[in-house]
Amino acid sequence: MVFAPPARHLLRAKDLADARYFEPLDVDDMARAAGLSRAHFSREFRRAFGESPHAYLLTRRLERAAALLRLTDRSVADVCFSVGLQSVGSFTTSFTRTYGVSPLAYRATFPPAAAYAVVPSCVVRAYGRPQRSTFREDSAPARD
Amino acid sequence: MIKIAAAQLWVHDQDEALAFYTQRLGWEVRTDVTLAEMGNFRWLTVAPAGQEEIAVVLMAIPGPPVFEPETSEQVRQLMAKGTAGTVFLTTDDCRASYEELSSRGVEFVDLPEERPYGIDASFRDPSGNHIRLTQELPVPVA
Repeated sequence: MVFAPPARHLLRAKDLADARYFEPLDVDDMARAAGLSRAHFSREFRRAFGESPHAYLLTRRLERAAALLRLTDRSVADVCFSVGLQSVGSFTTSFTRTYGVSPLAYRATFPPAAAYAVVPSCVVRAYGRPQRSTFREDSAPARD
Repeated sequence: MIKIAAAQLWVHDQDEALAFYTQRLGWEVRTDVTLAEMGNFRWLTVAPAGQEEIAVVLMAIPGPPVFEPETSEQVRQLMAKGTAGTVFLTTDDCRASYEELSSRGVEFVDLPEERPYGIDASFRDPSGNHIRLTQELPVPVA
């Protein structure tokens, strides 16, 4: 049995951030996934991937948050919680520092999320059909 | 006509890779031959059952005289960091495949997620190779 290089265990921690970013995950959880103490883990992770595990996890969450801002009409608070962050204030600060604009300003630079929704034709036809003002007129109680 | 016959993935341990691809993924062994006259080079290929025309070669990282030690180590490191390659698979039902493979201990990186082109997930083999699993959507009709 040939053992995998140590970096394989760091990759496991990186994968955990990618797979479970929406849970209340932190650097301690990542260190555990790699089987290393937190201080040693942070040093080795940075050496392998060029940035700290904290920065990797946060930017993964911000990337997913940006996608949700573009693709959904969820509120900023909802987006924040959906990517595993707990504080809307910190989220707004980190997002603005990273993307140069606030979450709402970022969203405003894209077409509304509804433009991307691929709604099946049966729904378009059922819900999109205009209703005439005479709908059910003949069965309405007589207005006399 | 030119066709793809096989594509290669580096693996850090051929026995472990073989167990993963056959027992966890449920693929078949297509070839497993060790050539004594070539320094015990082992040609090991696997493929999904029912797909006869293509296979994945699970290739051990060679040492001297094929690779000098520094090159072997570089490949080993790139592989362990997950940057040595990707295989793209398709499935009829991404969520069902995810459930099935997870229950057999496959480590998923991306859980099944709706994308404009379909439903898509990804996992890694024991060496760190990245494998995507996509259920392609039919092209929507306007």
